[in-house]
Amino acid sequence: MKLLYFAWLRQRIGTAEEVLELPREVATVAELVSWLKTRGPAYAEALKNPKLVRVAVNREYVPFEHAVKPGDEVAFFPPVTGG
Amino acid sequence: MIRVQREDFDVGQELAALTRDRTSIGGVTSFVGLVRDVAGGEKIASMTLEHYPGMTEKQLAEIEAEAHRRWPLDAVLVIHRYGALKPGDRIVLVATASAHRDAAFEACRFLIDWLKTKAPFWKLEETNEGARWVAAQASDEVAAKRWKAD
Repeated sequence: MKLLYFAWLRQRIGTAEEVLELPREVATVAELVSWLKTRGPAYAEALKNPKLVRVAVNREYVPFEHAVKPGDEVAFFPPVTGG
Repeated sequence: MIRVQREDFDVGQELAALTRDRTSIGGVTSFVGLVRDVAGGEKIASMTLEHYPGMTEKQLAEIEAEAHRRWPLDAVLVIHRYGALKPGDRIVLVATASAHRDAAFEACRFLIDWLKTKAPFWKLEETNEGARWVAAQASDEVAAKRWKAD
């Protein structure tokens, strides 16, 4: 699975992009977030407040209960501030 | 039409190109967003706009399609810049063209309101106190929500 991070999530996690093999029990965005938080303090810190984290799967906004599968592009970012 | 680019744009040239040879158009509404020099009482030295290449274009295209569904528009143009900007620099142009002004005005407002809450851009401001990520405004969510019931 390809994971992307933007803005302060990218800075806190320390990478813009990574490809990770997921454990089989990770089937939703919420489970993916829980699993990522176990990967180290930087992840735990960046993802600690779900209200400040938006998620896109394959470039569409999705809620935390949305399903994820191998091959998806999953992006984590703060609320957007364009315009 | 959607363009996401680092380069500046010329508003006059863009509007002229939008309406060229399209004599059914009776009016054009445009909105130009600029970098302010003050935010939250602090002086802004510069701003960097980050975005999500691929998703940005996809989201903007969906917003454009939605505007066409809601209003009789002859043309839509959204240009959004990314990269390093300074106070006074143009960030975004939204232009809508229609036979009549109501559709052009309403669609332009709809586009900028939706863009602000849906297009994946993030602003990093450089101030005397250091760099900080701009927080999303609740007022932007309110502005976007009023188009939901339509």
